[in-house]
This record gives sequence, structure tokens and C-alpha cells, in this order.
Amino acid sequence: MNRIVSLFKNFNANADAADHKAPGLLNVYFTAGFPELNDTMRVLQALQDGGADLVEIGMPYSDPVADGETIQKSNDRALENGMTVRVLFEQLRNMREKITVPVLLMGYINPVLQYGIEAFCEKCAETGLDGLILPDMPMDVYLNEYKTIFDAHGLLNIFLVTPQTSEARIRQIDAVSEGFIYTVSSASVTGSKSGVSGDMQAYFERLDALNLRNPRLIGFGIKDHDTFVQASSHAAGAIIGSAFIRVLQESDNLEQDIKTFVREVKNYPETIEA
Amino acid sequence: MEAIAEKKSYQVDDRGYYGNFGGAFIPEMLYPNVEELRENYLSIIADPSFQKEYNDLLRHYVGRPTPLYRANRLSEKYKTNIFLKREDLCHTGAHKVNNTIGQILMAQRLGKKRIVAETGAGQHGVATATVCALMNLECIVYMGELDIERQAPNVARMKMLGAEVRPATCGSRTLKDATNEAMRHWINNPVDTHYIIGSVVGPHPYPDMVARFQAIISEEIRWQLKEHTGKETPDYVIACVGGGSNAAGAFYHFLDDETVKLVAVEAAGLGLTSGHSAATTALGKPGVLHGSRTILMQTEDGQVVEPFSISAGLDYPGIGPQHAHLYASGRGIFMSATDEEAVQAAFELTRYEGIIPALESSHALAILGRLGATENETVVLNLSGRGDKDMATYMKYID
Repeated sequence: MNRIVSLFKNFNANADAADHKAPGLLNVYFTAGFPELNDTMRVLQALQDGGADLVEIGMPYSDPVADGETIQKSNDRALENGMTVRVLFEQLRNMREKITVPVLLMGYINPVLQYGIEAFCEKCAETGLDGLILPDMPMDVYLNEYKTIFDAHGLLNIFLVTPQTSEARIRQIDAVSEGFIYTVSSASVTGSKSGVSGDMQAYFERLDALNLRNPRLIGFGIKDHDTFVQASSHAAGAIIGSAFIRVLQESDNLEQDIKTFVREVKNYPETIEA
Repeated sequence: MEAIAEKKSYQVDDRGYYGNFGGAFIPEMLYPNVEELRENYLSIIADPSFQKEYNDLLRHYVGRPTPLYRANRLSEKYKTNIFLKREDLCHTGAHKVNNTIGQILMAQRLGKKRIVAETGAGQHGVATATVCALMNLECIVYMGELDIERQAPNVARMKMLGAEVRPATCGSRTLKDATNEAMRHWINNPVDTHYIIGSVVGPHPYPDMVARFQAIISEEIRWQLKEHTGKETPDYVIACVGGGSNAAGAFYHFLDDETVKLVAVEAAGLGLTSGHSAATTALGKPGVLHGSRTILMQTEDGQVVEPFSISAGLDYPGIGPQHAHLYASGRGIFMSATDEEAVQAAFELTRYEGIIPALESSHALAILGRLGATENETVVLNLSGRGDKDMATYMKYID
């Protein structure tokens, strides 16, 4: 079974038993090759060690239109460092020797097209990746041209919904999704707003009432324990991106700072080392 | 015109594609905005009240029809019959305003309160700020930080017109980054804002909508040429291509008439092999840029390459999807001119005809000697803009 699917399945089973301590599942985004080219595996390992439930590795792109300034700048930096899709696959080659959490790649479609969709998916499967988030890949193109290739390599394609997405389209997305639905919390690019407002609350409740078949993770504006708890009360969990990139930017001890950040966000009092 | 409208095969299909190019490669955050436009643009354009307002403004405000002028001395030099379509005489100095007039009327009918736009050299920004002043709508123009430094007069014009000019500070800090910022602004303000794209680029329906607003150029060429020569169709139509809106307008009503050769001229910058060029079809590959599948200049890894041209209006790493299709299908003839050739051509037109062209249009002029047109043939060249904005560059070549 795909690692993402089984993660949510187990989480739900635990939720039913009401014995899990985390308020929700935590997905953390970071940009590959940032802050330094060869930090990718270090960051991934530290995220797993800190307790991230799944990880989204950003493939840097020159023109990331859905991302705010923090992630853009990390993309620019990673590209300057020499990051490419090929280098990333090289860095992740043996990742499954140590990494057990589900790992997704997030990025824009052009670098994937240049690599070749078929070759890209094959490489993802070989590496042990579980899913892709390509926000500028249209649903019809995915369904008509790429879905059979994704399926053949056991890769999930994660779709986004926003407060402006119509109910009909949400249902369509739910019908073709597997794993989870990426719920964009507000009309924004990444990193622009923080917290959960009244409007968002209403939007999350609207989504809840739709009884979708897929679990949801809420992203955009999640930055710390409080926002993580808030978001998790409306979904299976949440995604942190820009706030984590800022941690990486400012860190002079990556492993330690990453673990501390993840633990603080999840706030397992009994597992925090004194 | 009705007769050719029925068999247009180079136009967009009902899925939003031109052959293999086009589509709407946009994040979900933009989907409702683009979908709203897609669902409404054709019926709004077809509405008689829209047509009346659009045509009245083009006539009385923009100054259309623009002349089709037979350039006698230039014709004599190149031993053919050259007609210049004088888009340089449009209000604000270029064809750009045809599109912004159309789009501001579209925005009003969609109930939008605010306009966002991107600009490179500032021509589209000025044309957008102009129509926003005219219609009393709030106007935000994104411009690369580097371009703001290089194009101070147009920044001043936009500000005088009441627009807010916001710098794009990421990436290469030029046109493509300004386009990214304008898209992000639209993502952040999905309900009350309309994004006026300045060229035939972006997700469907933008390339088609902008081409329709620029199609007035070739509509006029047909009847004007008939007045001059007795025949509606020339042998060649030449236009420069950055994103390609003036070319799209100049080609529009000739697309299905294969006897008309459509010549698109790209900016070669310092030369095709110099590493400093903006000749997209010569140097690019198929991919996705700013919401459509097209041809773009990119690295092997699929990162968008920063182009180079003396002309800010041609300094764009892609072309519109329709142009990509014209290139791939062989319907269009794609040529390029270097910075040096363009400047020479600008001086030639100025000295032969007393018209100072924009640097962009000068690229189209620069290939006249290589065209191979004969004395019995007719050439229409779209003179897309005037050279006032480029005087600082031209001054360097005087003496």
C-alpha cells in the first residue's frame, strides 16, 4: 500500500480508538538544496527524527507563481546552489535505507516535463517517493495524459482546493484524488497570512459537511503549535512550509533546530527531551 | 470577413489549445478567476453594447483606424511595395491600448473593482494605467525592480495616471518576474480584481481574448489595402514578436489565407549564439510558461532562462501559444534581428520616411532586406509603436 494511504488509514484507526496524542498529522515542506546544496538528506532525516508525519520536498523552480516571497527566495538560493531534478534524484537515491515516513515531491510542471513524465515517474518509484504535488498541472491534462503513468508507478497526485473552489469541483477533485486533499486555507500564495480567521472557519466547516472520501491537510498560514492545533481541529492535519523555511534560513545547527521546531509544533510534552 | 471566420484552423479550439500549445496550466488558486473569464469572455465580446463601446473608444479615444501608409522611399530601396500599418499613432504610442481598452470593458462587465497588470518597458503599464484613469478603476502595475530603474519616464507616466507601481524583487527582477507577481496578486485577490495581461500569453482564454482585441489591426489592413491596391491580401505581413500581441493582431484575419506569408521577427539580442538573446523559437523548446504550453527559453533542467534584447518589449523568454503553433506547423515564418540591425533599421526608417519607430518595431523593419519580396509583391509591416520611449537608446547612436 502507498505510504501516504496507510499513514492516513492508521491515523484514522487511532483516531477512532481515541488514543493518539497528536492533534493531527504534520506535513512539512522544505526546498531541496536549501540552505546548502547537500542539505536535502540532512533536513529530511531531521524532520523524520523530530516527528514529522510526512514530508514534502520542493523542487526549486525559477518562476514559482503559487509561492510567496519566503519560498521564492529559497528556490532562488537552491538554484544558485546548483540544484536540479537530476541532482535531487541523486541525493535521494538511498533515502529508503533510513526514511520511513511518506515523502512527496512538490514543484512546477515544466522541470518535470523537461525530465520527461515517464522517466520522472519511474525515477520517483525507484527512489521510494509516494506522491507528487504539481500545482500548475491541470486536472484534465493529468486525467487524460498522466494518470496511467502515475498509477503504474504507485504515485499519488495531490490536488489542491481553495476557498473559491466550487462544491462541484471539490467533489470532482475528491473523486479523482487518493491520499489526501491539500486544503489551501485562504486566497493567497504560500506564507502570506497566518492563523485561522472566522472566514476560514466557515470554509473548513463547509468542507467538513461535504463528507469527502479523502482526508484533508490544511496548508498556507500554518506556522506554529497553535495554528497547527487550530487547523488540525478541522482536518486530518496541516502543512507547514514558509515558517519552516525561515527556521532553516536562520539556523546554525540544522539537526537540532529542525527537531526542536517539529516537536514544538506537535508539542508532545512526554517526548520532549529535557 | 465572415467567409474566412468559418474556416479558421489556426485559432483556438474548444479546449483552449492551438495544436499542441495553449491550455490553462494554472494553480487551483487561479482556477475560479480564469474559469469565470473563460465562461464569459465570448458572450461579453459578442454583446452589441460591448461592441459599440469598444468601437467608439477605438475610434474617438485611441484614434482608429490607424493609417496604412505606403512607404515610397523604403519601397524603392527594397524594390517592392511596402505598406506600414501605423499602430505607432495610437493613443499612448503603441498597439497595446487596443487590448487594454477591450479588457477594461471586460473587467467592468465582470464587476471587478481593481486592475492588476505586469509591464516590462512600461508600455503596457502605461496603456493599462490610461484606461484605468479613463474608467476610474484602481490600478496596480508590477514591474521588475531593474526595469523600474531603466524606464524612469514610463514609471513617471504611470504614476501621473494614478497607478501604483510595485517592484518585483525576486528572480531576475524583470518582465517575467513582474508577470509572476501580478499572478500572485491575482491569487491573493481573487474576487474583485481583473488581471490585464499585456500580450497573447497566459492561460486560456487570455491568448485568444487578447488576439481578438488586437484583431482590429488586420481587419483594417484588409480594407485599407484594398483601397490602395484593389486587393485585400498582401503577399507578406511582417511583425515583431516578444509575447506576440501585435503580430497576433496583424496576422489574425490572414491566418487561413495561405497565400499570405506571415513573418514573425524575434529579437536576437547580441546574436543567436551569443548567450544574450530573446529569439524564443530559435533557442527554446516546448514547455509551460505563465499558464500555457508554448515554446520557451529554458535550461536543460526546465528553469526559465532570462532573455536579452535591447528592446524591453521583446525581452520575454516565451511566445504566445498561437505563435508556437504557427511556428511548429510551418504556417509562420520566424526570423530574427539583432540589437544592432534593429537600431540601424530604426535610423533607416527615420531618414527615409520621417518616422521614428519603437525599438520593437525596428526588429520587423530590420529583415526587409532579407525578405526576398519582389517588385510585384506587396508587404505590410506592422509598425507597432513609436520611438519616443527609446530616445535615450537612439541618442547613443547619434553622431
